[in-house]
Parts: sequence; C-alpha cells; structure tokens
Amino acid sequence: MSSVVLNDVSKTYADGTSAVKELNLEISDGEFLVLVGPSGCGKTTALRMIAGLEDISGGTISIGSRVVNDIPSRDRDVAMVFQSYALYPHLNVFDNIAFGLVLRKLSKAEITKRVTEVAKVLQLENHLKRKPRNLSGGQRQRVAMGRAIVRSPQVFLMDEPLSNLDAKLRVQMRAEIARIQRDLGVTTVYVTHDQTEAMTLGDRVVVMKRGLLQQAGGPQELYDRPRNLFVAGFVGSPGMNMVSGVLEHRDDDSWWVTLGSQALRVPESVLTERPALRGYAGRSLIVGIRPEDMEDAAILGAEEGQVLKSVADLVEAMGSDVLVHFPVDVPPVMTDDIKELADDDAVAGPNVLSGTEDTVLVGRFSPRTKVFEGQSISVRVDTARLHFFDPRTGSSLWDD
Amino acid sequence: MTAPTIPTTDDLGGPPDPVTGSPARGLASRVLGRFGSGTVQVVLVLVALFWLVPVLGLLFSSLRSETDNADSGWWTLLTAPAQLTLHNYSDLLANSAILQSFGNTLLITVPATVLVVVISSLAAYALAWIEFPGRDWLTIGVVALLVLPIQVALIPIAKLYGGLGVFGSITGVVLFHVAFGLPFAIFLLRNFFSGIPQDLLEAARMDGARELTVFRKVVLPIGLPAIASLAIFQFLWVWNDLLVALVFADADSAPITVALQTQLRQFGSNVDLLSTGSFLSMLVPLVVFFAFQRFFVQGVLAGSTK
Repeated sequence: MSSVVLNDVSKTYADGTSAVKELNLEISDGEFLVLVGPSGCGKTTALRMIAGLEDISGGTISIGSRVVNDIPSRDRDVAMVFQSYALYPHLNVFDNIAFGLVLRKLSKAEITKRVTEVAKVLQLENHLKRKPRNLSGGQRQRVAMGRAIVRSPQVFLMDEPLSNLDAKLRVQMRAEIARIQRDLGVTTVYVTHDQTEAMTLGDRVVVMKRGLLQQAGGPQELYDRPRNLFVAGFVGSPGMNMVSGVLEHRDDDSWWVTLGSQALRVPESVLTERPALRGYAGRSLIVGIRPEDMEDAAILGAEEGQVLKSVADLVEAMGSDVLVHFPVDVPPVMTDDIKELADDDAVAGPNVLSGTEDTVLVGRFSPRTKVFEGQSISVRVDTARLHFFDPRTGSSLWDD
Repeated sequence: MTAPTIPTTDDLGGPPDPVTGSPARGLASRVLGRFGSGTVQVVLVLVALFWLVPVLGLLFSSLRSETDNADSGWWTLLTAPAQLTLHNYSDLLANSAILQSFGNTLLITVPATVLVVVISSLAAYALAWIEFPGRDWLTIGVVALLVLPIQVALIPIAKLYGGLGVFGSITGVVLFHVAFGLPFAIFLLRNFFSGIPQDLLEAARMDGARELTVFRKVVLPIGLPAIASLAIFQFLWVWNDLLVALVFADADSAPITVALQTQLRQFGSNVDLLSTGSFLSMLVPLVVFFAFQRFFVQGVLAGSTK
C-alpha cells in the first residue's frame, strides 16, 4: 500500500493534442479515488500514466516514495482491472489469476494458496478450471478483479470495470468492489464516466473536463458545493437545472432572483453562505436548482417567493419518486460547460435538448404527488439550496 | 491436397452466442444452411472422389509390378487383386539414392519450416506491437517483398552462393526457402497478431511480464492457429519444391522431387518406381497436415474481452 502523487502531470500526444494538462493530485494511502468525467476528459489517460502504459509528457508521478516516470509497468507494483477484462483466453480461471504470481516465481504451494483464497473471496472456487469463454460477464469481471487482488499490489487501478455489465449486476459488483477495497485497504484509482458510480464508490471524487481537473472532493462536497457549472451539471442525476436569472435587491432589503416572469426570494442564509452574491445585484447570473430541491407545493405547502408556477409537460413515475418536467419562460442557458455535458449522452438533461425559448426544468417530487401531464402545477423550490454561477466564467459564486 | 484456410482473428474471435457460447455463424455456414446440408454434402463427396482418382491411380500403380503396369491400366487391380504386390516398396527402400533424397527432403524442409516460423513470429510480434522508429516503413517493405518472384532471384543468389561456398549444399537450399518464405509468413502473422486486443498484452505487462514473456505466454498461444497454418503452408511449399532444389542442390543434396525427376528423364516408363516414390513423398505432408489440424481452434479469443 502506498500513496500516489501526481505532480503537474501532462500528456501531449505526437499530433499535438493534449489529453491531460498539469494534473496535480495526492492520493493518500488506502484512499479510494475516483476520476470521473465525460469521454475524452483525460481520466483514462491519467490512469494509464499511473499504470505505466502511457508515457508521461511532463511532470512526475510517484508511487510511495519512488518517482516512477521511467519505471516500466511490470516494476511499478500496481495492478489494473481493464474495462474489457483482458483475460487470457487460453488459460483457465486459476491460471489467469495465477499469471502474475507465476511470473514472480512464487512457489507452487504459495500460488495455490493465494489463488484459492482470492477465488473464495470472489466466489470463483467452482470455476477455477473453466476457460474465460465459458464464464458469464459477471464471472469474467470477478476473474479480472482476482488477477489484480491476488498480487497484493501497492495500488489498484480500475478502468471502467463495470461498464460491460448489465445494470443490475453493475450495482451488485459496485458494492462488492467497495467491500473488497475496504477490506484490503489498498490505494485505488478508479476511472468511470458514470457519476453514480463515482459518488457511491469514491472516498474522494475528481471531476475532469478536457484534461483539466475541475474539482476534487468528497462526494457530498461535490454535490453540495460544486465549484463551477460543469461539476454542478455532472454530479447528480437527473442533473441540476440551470436557468438564467437576474438578481434583484428590492427596496425592503429583500433579495430576489427573477426567472422570466416569475421570481424566487433568495433567503438570508444563502447570502451569508455566498458573500459574493451581493456584488451581483441587478446583474444576470445562472441559477441552479437541483431536482431534489423541488417538490409539489400541494404536498408541502409554500410561502411567497418559493414557488414556480407552470404546466406539467411530462411526468415520469419512478416508483420511489416522480420526475416532473415543466417549462419556465426563460431561454435555456448555453455555456461551453453545458454543451460539453450535452455531448456526453450519459448526462444530457432535458434543458440542453429542448431547443425552445423556454427552459424545461425537472423536479423530483414525492410519489404522493397527484400531478398529471398537462396539469397546472405549483412547484415549491427549496430556496435555501439554490446555486448561483457567473454566466461568463461559469464558476460558482461563493466567496469574493 | 487442399490448402488449409488462413484463420484470421475476425472469424476466430467472432461474438460468441450468449446461449451456446459458440461463435456467430459465418457466411459459409449460412450458405450451407440455405442449400440444405444434405445436397451440399453429396456434391462435396463427389468432388472429393473426383480429386482422389489420380491419387488412387498412383497408389494402385505402386502396388502392381512393372510388367502389369505396362500391360494394363491401374484400375485392373480392382478386378484382379492377385496383381497386388509390395515389391515396388521393398525395391524402393533398397534404393539408397532415393532413400538419401528422402533424407535430404527432410533435412531441407524441417529447418526451412522451423526457421521461418521462429523468425517470422518474432518479427511479426515486433512489427505488430513494439513501437520503434520506422516500424511502419519496415512493414511496408516486408509486404512489398511479397511481389518478388522467385525466378528473378535465381541467378543473383546462385552467384552469391558461389562466393559464399554454399552452392549445391542443403544449407543453401534451406536459406533460399527461408528468405522467400519470410515475407508471406511475417505478413500473415503480423496481421493475426495485430488482431489480438491490446489490453491483453498490457495486462500481461502489468502482471510483470517482459516483452519476451508476453510473446511466449500470451501472443504465441493465442496465435497458434495462425502459426499452425503457416507451418503447414511452408512445409508443403518446401516439401513439394522442385525449382529451387533443381537450381541450388547438387547430386548429394538433391531432395526427393529432384531425384524422381531425374529417374523420369532416364527411364521414361518406370512407373513402378515413380509411383511408389511419389506416393511415399505424399504421405509425409498428409501426416503433418493432420498433426497440425488440432490447432485450428475456432474462437481462440472468445471470452478474453467483454
């Protein structure tokens, strides 16, 4: 077990495209770090540089106390789980798992002992003699995990290990990976484009975009205090609603944000939490509202300045909650960040696809709601949890 | 003898059927299904029988005496089994010149095959998976060599061999076969090896393997079907070669093809010796073919990725 430190790490390919730009990360011993972002954000490249499968164009990577820039992957003592599993098709499960141990010239007895142990943890004991082609997707995934675990490496690297599994198995294996990592306590770097995976697995989550680190922090921190529009839109599902609004400081010293023909009152707590906001009086900004922070006013009741009125456009019953899509008369926000998110189909929200003069918001209502499509609705917004972003820079407005 | 088909990673790693785990049906199998396998099989059997007739004639002639062969056609043996004799074979086995040429054929064919397989598989791995400057140009160069006909090289190589002192020796013949076998061999294996998923090689490297170990433990076993077909091709070419041996071998190093051809010129009608020798020289490639047959595994890559 070791810490991993990335110091100004860059990757520029021969054709001049730069995949990772001056990435700085400290992954402490035993930490489960998740790199997440849309495709092409450089997360896999970063992982492959740690693995030694990709040359490092600039900066240094250290594992433990060693700078590993010039150390080949075989000597880095890291193990990787590939997205494709990359099982050796000509070897059975036992030999697949034992491969690395055999190369390290361990004794036969020791190899058998360790492989059997790992097989037990992964419930593969009954399949040790089978070839990969005779295994199910989940079993193959386990073998790939086993191959990494059995070597007790200093660092685990996982490159979207669950993306080839069906949804149910993915959830199951996700829990299993979390449990195994916790039990072994091995430093883990995990790459995914799925924000749910990132949030559920990571001790810390690093959001990347176009080779640049956007924000690193605990899952809750990313959710509660996104640093910019991109992180705000990427974290959470369905994604945060973004609308342009104008901040007003009214004569009675109350603060309001106007969204088209409607307005929400900005509570004092938000202003205290976000001192920078006061500087935006009379200016337009981008308002973010999480679907979770909206509720059918018929259920919760609402005070003045907490309500958006609209007509339910689409109602999606999920069982545990109901997603209600409704338009407000504000043109959709179109920044580079949001376009980037829209390009990545995994996180495309309705806002970026509507293409109308209205912005469609999504609210996550309690299943007790009686809302049906076409009905006029009052939506209660938890105004204490509003997010505000600068429309030019896209960064979240917190301190000055 | 029919040529073995060249396996590619495409048809070997075809998407496995989720239920049976067998690779998806190829074009040929769909054609078979459409025409009804019964009809197709009957036609195939007829074609095979038609092909076998001359071979059968050769075998029967070799089992009849010289006078019988001169008097009547080989098919007479079917109605007159009394003509059956192994005399020709015992004669042949007593003929030291023919025996030596058999030995020469083996001494030429085995090294020429082994060397080509070893060198080309290493070269193909490097050209497919190791990055070094000029790799692509080198590959193009190797492929370009494919178009060079053997005949063009006969005289220059003969001159070169004269200078090196290998003219007329088995070594000279072997070297020539190796040189002209390599471009195709490298081309074939490189294409096959490039089809191996990169993840597999990277996984092996992460598991602690050096390049040679990756080659030996991952690439070679997966590439076995391609290597086996290459070995058969090369073996057959060299075994059946007459031209190269005629030019570069002398009386002591002549393989069976040259020896038989010499007999033919001298006696014209000695069918008994020729048929016996030809039949024996056909047996070895058959054995080799069936020995390598088991390496033509379908779906070698199945289950390795996804």
